Amino acid sequence: MGRGFLKRLNWVDAILYGLRIVIILAVIYGAYNTLSAGKYTADQWLGLVMSGLAQGSIYALIALGYTLVYGILLMINFAHGEIFMAGAFTAVFAAEALAKAGWLETPVKATISILMLVLLASTVSMLLAILLERVAYRPLRGAPRLVPLITAIGASFFLQYTFKGFYGSGFKSYPLVPMLQGGIPIGQFSIPKVQVVVIVLAIVLMAGLYFLVEKTKIGKAMRAVSENKEVARLMGINIDRVIVFTFMVGGALAGAAGVINGLYRPQGVNFFMGFFPGIKAFTAAVLGGIGSVPGALIGGLLLGVFESIGPNLVLDGLGITGANQLKDVIAFSLLVLVLIFRPQGIVGEKLAEKKA
Amino acid sequence: MNLDRNTLLRYGSLTGLAIFYLSVVGMVEAFNGRDIIKDLYQFGEIDLLTLGQIMVLLPAAIGGYMIANRLKDEHGNGTALVSGLITGAIAAIPVLILVWLGSTFPNIRNMFVGINRDLMEVLTLGYSLTEAPMTGAIILGLIIAAVAFDGALVAILPDMWRKSVINAMVWTLGIGVMSELLDQILNTFRGYDWIEKDTIKTILQSGSIKPGFAAFIFVVAFLWPIVMPYIRKPLNERYQASSTGAQTTVNYIGYALLILLLLSLPWLVGRFLSDVLVTISLYVLMGLGLNIAVGMAGLLDLGYLTNFAVGAYVTGILVSTGPQGIAANGGPAFFNLWWLIPIALLSAMLTGFVFALPVLRMRGDYLAIATLGFGEIIAKLALSDALKPYIGGAQGILFVPKPSFFGIELGDPERLYYVGLAACLFMLYVTTRLQNSRTGRQWGAIREDEDVAAAMGIDTTRTKVIAFTLSAAAGGLAGAIFATKVGTVFPNSFTVIVSINVLSLIIVGGMGSIPGIVVGAAALVGLPEILREFAEFRFLIYGALLVVMMLTRPEGLWPSEARRRELRGDDDEDNIASEATAVPAD
Repeated sequence: MGRGFLKRLNWVDAILYGLRIVIILAVIYGAYNTLSAGKYTADQWLGLVMSGLAQGSIYALIALGYTLVYGILLMINFAHGEIFMAGAFTAVFAAEALAKAGWLETPVKATISILMLVLLASTVSMLLAILLERVAYRPLRGAPRLVPLITAIGASFFLQYTFKGFYGSGFKSYPLVPMLQGGIPIGQFSIPKVQVVVIVLAIVLMAGLYFLVEKTKIGKAMRAVSENKEVARLMGINIDRVIVFTFMVGGALAGAAGVINGLYRPQGVNFFMGFFPGIKAFTAAVLGGIGSVPGALIGGLLLGVFESIGPNLVLDGLGITGANQLKDVIAFSLLVLVLIFRPQGIVGEKLAEKKA
Repeated sequence: MNLDRNTLLRYGSLTGLAIFYLSVVGMVEAFNGRDIIKDLYQFGEIDLLTLGQIMVLLPAAIGGYMIANRLKDEHGNGTALVSGLITGAIAAIPVLILVWLGSTFPNIRNMFVGINRDLMEVLTLGYSLTEAPMTGAIILGLIIAAVAFDGALVAILPDMWRKSVINAMVWTLGIGVMSELLDQILNTFRGYDWIEKDTIKTILQSGSIKPGFAAFIFVVAFLWPIVMPYIRKPLNERYQASSTGAQTTVNYIGYALLILLLLSLPWLVGRFLSDVLVTISLYVLMGLGLNIAVGMAGLLDLGYLTNFAVGAYVTGILVSTGPQGIAANGGPAFFNLWWLIPIALLSAMLTGFVFALPVLRMRGDYLAIATLGFGEIIAKLALSDALKPYIGGAQGILFVPKPSFFGIELGDPERLYYVGLAACLFMLYVTTRLQNSRTGRQWGAIREDEDVAAAMGIDTTRTKVIAFTLSAAAGGLAGAIFATKVGTVFPNSFTVIVSINVLSLIIVGGMGSIPGIVVGAAALVGLPEILREFAEFRFLIYGALLVVMMLTRPEGLWPSEARRRELRGDDDEDNIASEATAVPAD
């Protein structure tokens, strides 16, 4: 039996190695073909990279919610995408009202409005995250591992269709902010203002979070709980409070990401808008190394850029038609490949082993 | 009288929030169109009794029942009743607030689409039409309090009467909700001249039951739990007392009757319901398949749509007369089920095998997310232009003809039902045989603890690959039948929703439990097909069910014994004993 087991193990390993090599070759071949054909100018590549970075920084903000919760509870909060949606979907009504009242016209007013929207969306998402933790997750601490995951999947669909019932099933869109239109010229290139603002906002929020986790008392408590719950409890840390706080922070960041996403991609606000960004943000969290805050940033940005340039760079070169429709395929393939080949991510420790 | 303020507030506010939520999310309004009992009572502008009204009143009844049930032993019946009444009164407050909001700020429906005129009409008993909404809301509040009191009243009844009352209520409301179904069945009977048109008219009226029939159901269902023991007990005693041979004969007669019923079902229920039955059978099939991975082997597969899609697309390509079919590309024309089903099965199994390989090393939630990723990749690829020449892209594959079997075309749902039934019975046979086989036991072992299973010498790689492959087979079969049922293969039929649907039904029915899956599929897939209003809220309800089931009954409604003990964590002595005796000596 033992020998047979080993033999088969090697056989699977061989296939996985083969898969790895095939994928690397395909990527290199596709990229070589595209670049040697010279189909796209440097300007276009820069545009793709920048939009990837902007999208990636939004993924990173959402990914923080996954990473923080996973770091502490070792559970995938599958409904986190819906928390993002809740903030974005609620704030879109306020944004419409503000636009009607002319509060997006001048730069000063627009800045105040955007901050208010971020605050509103963060509050809504935060409250929802607290509620979710209290109702759905807290009673299941210590349950078999799949039970909280199934609960989270259920909560995800419950929240989606709840908001569909509340706000209707139609698509809404954020009003355009005049201040953010146009580009910033850098040399011969021009970068859209909104992308710069999105990246800057995301980085400011993440720097704030990093400060919170590394420098404050509650941040220290969070790290202690994620290291070892029992010992943290013995050190006088109120575990429940720390967990609620973690959900609060993750929810607030997701809500902020909802508004920032609305600035960057005004269209497509509806009840289903959180599902795919949620999965992609989870991909970003795993890619960077789940449980690590800088990892979420790195993972988010990398995922954004891969997703943005991947279709043009690799798929085009492989001669696949309609490559731009396959953005999501790139993201999900990345998800699967990371889970297969490097579940600990780029900077993460081997959490997958620790908890298994 | 000793009233606990905190308990009252908690029950009252939860009940009130439930009513508030059901109203704002749009359920009350959507279900208000469905009459349960026609012309039960006329209350101003409002006719009793619709499902929407029940949505408002049922939470109150349950809230009153629960608080009274909790308090009656400790504090006595009087306190329990008063608490029920107060709970109802507190529960009415959110409703009053909602009506006030809706009538004072009519623009609120620009944001909350559910708070609209129709809802206001229900919540004010029609008074919103006469410009006195709050009066109506206060009357409704009083009714809510009264219903909560009734709930409390039921709770303090002696056990036997309480059982009878609840049974009677559930059956009356249940048949009321299902009256459209009943109507169709009765009309099919009328087609055979088994029943007169006038008879139907006396009990049913435009998709709802008449008060007289409702009273009849109520009385029968009320008496049932009282009378039943007197009938069942002697029968049961006689069965126990008879010889083994006679028992076996009785069992066989039971099975024969069941199979006879299953075989004649489409001809008893009519065309529309046969169509629903085909859909249910597809989901039973997929449920049985996914159960092998999730329930038996503990591998949470969220990408089950892959297998379904492969089965459907392979069928589409094989039999379609359109441009994607092999017939149009110079290939032979396969029209025969004999060819179709094995090929669809094998290709789905191959897919399951291929997708199993990379995820073999993953565990638990990572495996779930990876399979979800696979599912989404397949869904997006099916929709994209990249594979358009082969599988039709967003347009899908058209012109999938009906399959034929020995020259009989299985076009209409009544005939296609037999294909679904046969597939389900086959799969049922396979899974029941597998459950206690060597492989089945190995699945159980890796589900409990993979490391220990590997240490015990179980080849986890092989075992998992078998689980995924067999699980995929059922999905492929379902996909093949689905393609022929619909006549087209559209990529929009293959979304994450399919996977979630199947997952929900095996979890609600009970993971690892085969009868649970059949019940789960009938309830979760059949109900929304029959009650069209439910369709809009089906994923809301699925989501809520998943959460509630995991919180309260993780073993499912109809659990398998082993699973129940495992998820509950309580080692009930009796169950272990019965489990031990049930193990065959192999």
